[in-house]
Amino acid sequence: MRQDSAGSSLVLRAVVGCLSLLVVTGIVAYGVQYGNGLSVTGLSRAVPWGLYISQFTFLVGIAASSVLVVLPRYVHGANDSADLVTIGEAISVAALVEAFSFVLVDLGRPVRLFYVLLHPAPSSLMFWDVLTLTGYLLLCSTVLSLTLCSPPGTHPRAVRPLVLVSVPFAFGIHVVTALLYAGLAARSGWMTAILAPKFLATAFASGSALLLLVTSALDAAHVVRIEPVARNRLATMMTYSLAAALLCTGLETFTALYSGLPGLAEHFAHLYIPAHQSLGPAVIMLASTALVVFALVVLLVSPLRRRAFWLHLASGAVLAAVFLEKGLVFVPSGFAPPTLGDDVGYAPTAIELLIVAGIHSAGALVFLTLLRPISARARGLGLGMAVSAHDSRSPHLGGTAARDESALPPPATRPSPAGVFTV
Amino acid sequence: MKPSFTRRLLIVGTGVTVLGGIVRGAASAMGADAAVRPPRPGRPRWALVVDTALCARREGCRACIDACHGAHSVGASRDPRHEVKWLWKEPFAETFPEQIHPLVPEAKQRLPILVTCNHCSSPPCTRVCPTGATFRRADGVVAMDPHRCIGCRYCMAACPYGARSFNWETPAVATTGSYPQRRAGVVEKCTFCTERLAVGRSPACVDACRQQGAGALTFGDLADETSAVCRLVAERQVLRRRPELGTQPNVYYLV
Repeated sequence: MRQDSAGSSLVLRAVVGCLSLLVVTGIVAYGVQYGNGLSVTGLSRAVPWGLYISQFTFLVGIAASSVLVVLPRYVHGANDSADLVTIGEAISVAALVEAFSFVLVDLGRPVRLFYVLLHPAPSSLMFWDVLTLTGYLLLCSTVLSLTLCSPPGTHPRAVRPLVLVSVPFAFGIHVVTALLYAGLAARSGWMTAILAPKFLATAFASGSALLLLVTSALDAAHVVRIEPVARNRLATMMTYSLAAALLCTGLETFTALYSGLPGLAEHFAHLYIPAHQSLGPAVIMLASTALVVFALVVLLVSPLRRRAFWLHLASGAVLAAVFLEKGLVFVPSGFAPPTLGDDVGYAPTAIELLIVAGIHSAGALVFLTLLRPISARARGLGLGMAVSAHDSRSPHLGGTAARDESALPPPATRPSPAGVFTV
Repeated sequence: MKPSFTRRLLIVGTGVTVLGGIVRGAASAMGADAAVRPPRPGRPRWALVVDTALCARREGCRACIDACHGAHSVGASRDPRHEVKWLWKEPFAETFPEQIHPLVPEAKQRLPILVTCNHCSSPPCTRVCPTGATFRRADGVVAMDPHRCIGCRYCMAACPYGARSFNWETPAVATTGSYPQRRAGVVEKCTFCTERLAVGRSPACVDACRQQGAGALTFGDLADETSAVCRLVAERQVLRRRPELGTQPNVYYLV
């Protein structure tokens, strides 16, 4: 890390220690699950997929959203720092490692996972999901390793084509994940053509929120320097992705309630109307909706949005809202209404929660591990150099000036095309 | 260097996929099975007809269920949420929700209806299976290879009939019959007794029902116009579960 003062390194050690402990606990919990079968989970005949697959879906969205920092720099020619792209790719790699882990812990016979490639079934969307996710993981990790292995200040030539290929893959992984659900005639709540666009919208909203929070934290800790204009752009994309997601939800709600089609209406009731049997999903969904509305108000009222505190609060709200909706409720609620009047109640057990915490901790450790070379590279280049190299129009900005800027968009910063650093 | 590796991976991946598909197609064509009785003109299409009135006449009868679960070592689970079921009864209102209106008498709504895998002609479960562990045979039986199953439960999500059971824990009952022992972590379901079809016998449930003298179950080849199932389906009024989903079930209900 940039400032290896005794204090911050101690904090880092404590964090890494806690994460490692959670990983170990998760592994032990998985041992219990492996030994006893999935009966130790809250899953049942009526709700065969739950927290694991919901978390998987959420993380595929997070993994896809590194495209939000790739597109501006590599397609639209923005002067963003290459470090931002590297951080985005690192988040993607960590999210994909988590996503694969969630699939693995959900399998009844995990050692047979390779059967998916040994006995390929192209009619199954799961086959294509494994293929696209593997491809995207290979692309992101290749880009990352090429970049991190090259000397600071240089940009390996192979990165650009690989990054461009990763763009359709990023969209692809999440679209295919949506199709996995959207093609099931048995599950009326999932079988909607709007699912893939809605997935992309919530993915880009939560992904840009996460990127914004992470880069702000890294900036505040002087690990890497990310230009405020890049983070402003993330805030803008978060706003419109969130609005698009809200529109999709509204459209789904309309179709369900106006048509009154039993399958759709019952699914909607399960999601939003607190009842005796289904209190959980309704409470979570209403909380998620409230967070979305709150975040959207903050993001659309510019005096609020321009203050770092409110922007961070809104980002946190977006991340939490999507985590609740997609990461917790989306998958188990898809089994309501049931095919045969079964009880569709589902609550994860302690074992499931420990495994989930373990996998998230492992993902965080992967990210922290990747962050070390990223920060070293950024340091090797020098912060001032990084800024002036990318924005030659403001060469007067020294490293100290850049470093002293407050964490997130200074009040005067508007996404103006030229002089970004209108200090 | 790296890009060509990625490209090679894509090409090889595509090749493997296509080849796999061809091999699989060929394999399933060859498996057109010793199973069935003297070949009819064209392919057989096994179907089951349940006479709900005859079945209801014997209240509490479990002969078919016990025969099936006995033959395949399907054990009762302590937790009904984790039960493995091949053949069981559900209330009429749950089995045929589209038939229910406010004037349907309470007794009819609660009438137990025998349900099992519908061996659909267009099965969503085999479509979604990522390893081909469940597949539709040429004779119409939707079969299941527990040794190929990875336990992803995608088929359970895709089945509109709740006909598939996952082994949430190691099965409590040891195998006695000809059907292989399952382990925790795989899906199973009714197979129309392929092991009995192979030697020209009816499924265990049908035999048990006949032995009880109920005669509520009729099994046969829908492709054979002279078969009993064909006559029943053509002449009587029949219901199929959730026909609007396009799965084309091969279990018919006389009402």
